[in-house]
Amino acid sequence: MHAMDSRSTILAAIRDNKPGPRPLPDLPADPPERDLFVLEAAFRSVLEAGKATFISWEALLELSGSPAFATVASRVPGIEGNLEVDAEGDPLGLAGVDLAILSAPIGVAENGAMWVSEREAGHRILPFITQHLVLVVSRSNLVATMHEAYRRTAVDDTGFGVFIAGPSKTADIEQSLVIGAHGARSLRVCLTE
Amino acid sequence: MPHAQRAAAFLADEARTDWHDQSLWHVRSKRDGSIAGIADWEALRQLGSDIKDNVLANLDRYLEEFETRATANGVTVHWAADAKEHNRIVHGILSRAGVGRIVKSKSMLTEECHLNEYLQEKGVEVIDTDLGERIIQLREEPPSHIVMPAIHLKKEEIGELFHRKLGTDAGASDPNYLAEAARQHLREKFLAADAAITGVNFALADTGGVVVCTNEGNADMGVHLAPVQIHCMGIEKVIPRAEHLGVFTRLLARSATGQPVTIYTSHHHRPKRGGEMHVVIVDNGRTRQLGREDFRNSLKCIRCGSCMNTCPIYRRSGGHSYDHTIPGPIGSILSPGLDLQKHGDLAFASTLCGSCSDVCPVKIDIHEQLYKWRQVVSEAGHLENTKRVPLLAAGAALSRGGLYNFMGKAARVALKWAPRAAVYNRFNSWGKSRDLPAVPAESFKEWYARQHDARHG
Repeated sequence: MHAMDSRSTILAAIRDNKPGPRPLPDLPADPPERDLFVLEAAFRSVLEAGKATFISWEALLELSGSPAFATVASRVPGIEGNLEVDAEGDPLGLAGVDLAILSAPIGVAENGAMWVSEREAGHRILPFITQHLVLVVSRSNLVATMHEAYRRTAVDDTGFGVFIAGPSKTADIEQSLVIGAHGARSLRVCLTE
Repeated sequence: MPHAQRAAAFLADEARTDWHDQSLWHVRSKRDGSIAGIADWEALRQLGSDIKDNVLANLDRYLEEFETRATANGVTVHWAADAKEHNRIVHGILSRAGVGRIVKSKSMLTEECHLNEYLQEKGVEVIDTDLGERIIQLREEPPSHIVMPAIHLKKEEIGELFHRKLGTDAGASDPNYLAEAARQHLREKFLAADAAITGVNFALADTGGVVVCTNEGNADMGVHLAPVQIHCMGIEKVIPRAEHLGVFTRLLARSATGQPVTIYTSHHHRPKRGGEMHVVIVDNGRTRQLGREDFRNSLKCIRCGSCMNTCPIYRRSGGHSYDHTIPGPIGSILSPGLDLQKHGDLAFASTLCGSCSDVCPVKIDIHEQLYKWRQVVSEAGHLENTKRVPLLAAGAALSRGGLYNFMGKAARVALKWAPRAAVYNRFNSWGKSRDLPAVPAESFKEWYARQHDARHG
């Protein structure tokens, strides 16, 4: 039972060495009211600065049927794809997805982050393994900061959830920004009412 | 070899030193730009610092709470007292699952434990998947920065490396082209891996989850495809509640690279259908550091790397000159606690300018701790002679007013008439790239006395 030994040793060492009590501070309160116009402007500008683009519902309908994408996985009602994500048992079966269209139940104006959990994605791997990603967010679900976002999100509601704030990127070669590191090569955001 | 000697080797290429210096200063400037838009930035830093103080004061309780919740979520929690035990545990999980190939995302903890070498010796294929980490893995060298592991390399060197190892075109050095080649190469590895290992940015006591932040999406590509997922964390990574992520996600990426948030902030709570999820909690010297009142604040670090980007010494000596997993100012206050003899000199790899403390998102008093480590090093008798002898002399002079006055006068005369070689010689590294100011005719004390006499005399 070596593992148990280390557990007790570590916890005992912490008890011996830890500092005296320190209070847990209060977190900033939510702003009294949300101005959706201001939030949308901030949300758009931060995402565009991070190389994401915005797309209308009509353009999204067209995109999902475009021959440019051979395999399209949609989990957004009203948008048709040609791959049944939920029927796919093995995550490796999603390796060929060209375009994934998912809804995001919350969007954060200060940094463009959008929450996608296992519920929205169907498979955890989908928003990462797809070559291109579309997230559909309702304007009324925009919040100002991460504080509000976490207050409204039960992060353990499903087994996995992620805030996504742009297409996958890297700057590991001489600080040069490259879009499309390992995850999606592009991110389109569709704001709905 | 002391830090100063390794830094000297780095400084031999002056153009490259300037390039390195400017690359990092650029990142520091981006950080400044991104915090400008946050009206309550200083209050946010204070919150981050206060939450981490509370964490250190309740670390045992939060870890137990985390373990209880994680276990209820179907996660297997392991405890490792040191690096050896950590490596043994990880290998045990892999061999029970019959794993031969693993992909890893960035984890300074597994670097600290030398996990890669350990697993490779046991016959496991280990592939680092963060682009920067993959580059240095192919070069068989350690990372030089905790956020940008290959910041010391030029694109031409990476192009040449990829040509040899991945078969890219000879002479090609366009970052888009090279990153695409790495994407293709690593996608094969992701699809073939039996297990994925990640570090942990934050562990949540109230929900039993772990949070991993990346820009590339490599951690998620590994974790969600491989049947076995392992997350390795130091004991200090736990935070009380998921709600506190609001504070830390706002601080982390802005401080690290000047981004408003990392592209992916992933919250892992339960194993995937048919999969296994493990968390390994590691001490490896952290509880000892917790007991050092002067230095325990170093455990509040969220590994953003901003102290490196701003440090005039790091920028002009490179991460490898620190010869420790975590380089830069934060590394220099963590490492002496692990091995004072080996790393004690890092406390002197600083100008004590305090810029590190100013940018630290959780307000660690880094430069004050560096100063305190110097005293510990000196008291333990580990000071080099080039520092010890002059400091003894200075101590003697400064503690005796008469001697101080005399030596000041003597120095003003001597510096005026002494041959240049007396000051700028191989025993005085200070004189290597500096010139003394012109010697004044009188001391401040003499000048003040003269002014005073003129006014009152």
